[in-house]
Amino acid sequence: MSLCEIATLSRRKMLGLSGSLVASAFIPKFARAADGRDPRLIAIILRGAMDGLSAVAPVGDPDYAGLHGDLALGFSGENAGLALDSFFALNPAMTNFSRLYKSGQAAVVHAVATGYRERSHFDGQDVLESGFAGPGNVSSGWLNRAISAIPNGSRVASNPSLAVGAVAPLIIRGPAETLGWAPVNLPGPTQDINQRLLDLYQHTDVKLAKLFSESIKTQMLVSGQAMDVSMGKVNQGGDMVAQARGAAKLMAADDGPRIAAMAFDGWDTHENEGGAKGRLFNLLTGLDGAIAEFETGLGAAWAQTAIVVMTEFGRTVNVNGTDGTDHGTGTLAFLAGGAIKGGRVIADWPGLKNAALYQGRDLKPTTDLRAVLKGLLGDQFGLSNEALSKDVFPDSGLIVPMKGLIGV
Amino acid sequence: MALAGEKYSVFRAFNRFGLGRRIEMPEADANAAEKDPKAYLQQELNSQSAMITSSELVDTQSNLAAYFEQQAMKKAMREGADANAAQQPETSTKPKMQSVQREALLNEVEARILKAYEAPAGFLERWVWFWSNHFSVSVAKSGLVRATAGSFEREAIRPHVLGSFGDILFAVETHPTMLAYLDNRDSIGPDSRAGLKRSKGLNENLAREIMELHTLGVGSGYTQADVTAFARVITGWTFAGANNNKQEPGVFYFEPNRHQPGAQTIMGKSYRQNDIAQGKAVLADLAIHPATAKHIAFKVARHFVADVPPPELVDNLSRNFTKTRGDLKALANTLLDDDLAWSTPVDKLKSPLEYLVSVSRGLGFEPTKPQQMLRALKELGQPTWQPPGPNGFGDTNDVWASPEGLKVRLAYATLLVRQAQMQDSPSDLLQALLGNGVSHDTQQTVARAESRQQGLALLFMSPEFQRR
Repeated sequence: MSLCEIATLSRRKMLGLSGSLVASAFIPKFARAADGRDPRLIAIILRGAMDGLSAVAPVGDPDYAGLHGDLALGFSGENAGLALDSFFALNPAMTNFSRLYKSGQAAVVHAVATGYRERSHFDGQDVLESGFAGPGNVSSGWLNRAISAIPNGSRVASNPSLAVGAVAPLIIRGPAETLGWAPVNLPGPTQDINQRLLDLYQHTDVKLAKLFSESIKTQMLVSGQAMDVSMGKVNQGGDMVAQARGAAKLMAADDGPRIAAMAFDGWDTHENEGGAKGRLFNLLTGLDGAIAEFETGLGAAWAQTAIVVMTEFGRTVNVNGTDGTDHGTGTLAFLAGGAIKGGRVIADWPGLKNAALYQGRDLKPTTDLRAVLKGLLGDQFGLSNEALSKDVFPDSGLIVPMKGLIGV
Repeated sequence: MALAGEKYSVFRAFNRFGLGRRIEMPEADANAAEKDPKAYLQQELNSQSAMITSSELVDTQSNLAAYFEQQAMKKAMREGADANAAQQPETSTKPKMQSVQREALLNEVEARILKAYEAPAGFLERWVWFWSNHFSVSVAKSGLVRATAGSFEREAIRPHVLGSFGDILFAVETHPTMLAYLDNRDSIGPDSRAGLKRSKGLNENLAREIMELHTLGVGSGYTQADVTAFARVITGWTFAGANNNKQEPGVFYFEPNRHQPGAQTIMGKSYRQNDIAQGKAVLADLAIHPATAKHIAFKVARHFVADVPPPELVDNLSRNFTKTRGDLKALANTLLDDDLAWSTPVDKLKSPLEYLVSVSRGLGFEPTKPQQMLRALKELGQPTWQPPGPNGFGDTNDVWASPEGLKVRLAYATLLVRQAQMQDSPSDLLQALLGNGVSHDTQQTVARAESRQQGLALLFMSPEFQRR
């Protein structure tokens, strides 16, 4: 695979990309921290709102199967998921995650949400990435402010962090220096936007609809994929894997970034979401592949790595009229990496009885995502509670960091 | 698709006649446009200059002087390299040299795009582009055209777009870039002094295209004999090369030694003048010929209004052209004053250049990367100053409406949206750029996008944004 750098920052040249860092000989070596730790953190945003109830299904909840309809997973049969415990089953797409889970290197935090309670993707993502309690703050992201709060002298502080993609996601934008990198073949317009645009043209502009459907057909032929837009057969898994592979290579280096952020699009599954197979399954396959790339690519550094996967909000418990789900509230966060104290689903499960649902339609969040993130940042990088509650996640003093997520 | 009820709306003004609304436009401008959209466009013609002034830009004469010098140096190096070929490794004999034509092209494109980005409404700039495309040159012709295509537009087109058609015509046909592009530079009258001495002769290219493309239009009644006679008339219209004892390099002049002597008859009229006056007289007659009026009127209406423009609108423009003897400002105002120019339903797809500039204006994202813009325009089928032929880029939907074109538009809309990192709500921007006329479907599609970037890309790909 060929890689290129998109960054415009001056230090980008330090990152050689053909296996080793070209400039490594000229970079001063840092002493290991006293405890010998050299932790890494990777933040992955899933844009569009992932359906947590189909990614990790509460099969043991007596109301689940009825509410989530054809999308529901089970412990056995045609829609069998991968059992995580006697209550939750993982989407069968995530075989790597399942393996890591069994070896104690992956965990799920369920029924989580940010502080945002409306249902706009844009605002929801801003809240998720800015780390503020509400929308309207887009000048910097919480991960960037966390980097600034890490004590000087550590490798995390000394090695610029990595923003993957043509444009740095908000989560890592801000005053702390970052490097940008993206695969040469940028993820082009996605299958998802193609479908939305085709729908729009079909309703508004017959001529453009005809041209655009021809264009999609050609793209399908070129990529060797079937013309099956509605099933989302052309998933973006390849893009996710490519981004992870490149990022892992950079982060594995002794003088590489210790922190990285990336965003994967396409999770807004209003139509034909699928369950044990289909659109969401394909997306999760990509995500699972990306996590596996990190495991492989980071090598020895994997042992002290934590990956956190999060999304702006969840989706409705009920299936809608087009075999998908609409914007909801509670969802989940995936944790993976050698540093994670895994093998468990962490959830204060609210249940799916109608009275327990948020506004009668969504999984009620019982854990604030910021508690998870504060816990990770505190245990992984030694950030003080004060810095976490003031600078990184402003006005979050009442949200107690979740302890014990890091197991090393 | 017709957007009803907004005939004179500010959105029609910006999109059909201009380059789309600038999201960063001053409030006073926005208010003025809101209050009287038509007057706002007319005001642009009165208050704005079509000229580009930039210290980065070099005039044709200097460009050509540098270009000739570069060619001479290259030649000397080639000869030197040939002589030394045995001793010297090839690479060491080549000093680094930024090519004159490449630098000129990048600077010109950057200035041109910036001018369009900053224009209040963009009507005047669209008017410039229209005339520039009408009098097309192509950089694919030669390094010489590449080095001067931008200065050609600034020198021969821009000063005259609100002047008379006769003046723009004369400025174009006597400009070195056009003389080189359509081969009149070396056209020699067979009976001229130079013609008798050498066996070289007439080149009809420029004469034919002036009649067919620049003035009368194809099928308007002139004959091959007229073309040949006109070609004889403009023999001697050339410009100085590197070593010319009569004129500075790169400057137009009339070379009497190449001029075909004697009277010529064109479309039944005899032209008996001597030297350059003969060609001037022919151009002056062509400029106000009724066929020219019809030809120009049709092209203006087709460009701004519809692929098949209303005949009444074309007639109105043509009458005005004739009445004012080709006053181009009057022509632009006549277009704006004609109800049909506003009320004809929206159908035309923006050209790639109009599209990219209007996306940049909508995002408030200053296009400062000429290379990216050049590449994008090439991929979208409208490489700058490089049309497929002297008839310029096509001006109908079928030219731009292609599956590949849509795909590439989406790719660049996505790219520009990423680069701009805009934080506004896509729905708010949709309202600001296109107003209430957009369909419910488009509003919903933009509002329901899964990310801000996706919402903005969908906005810029919507039929309402792409058609004008």
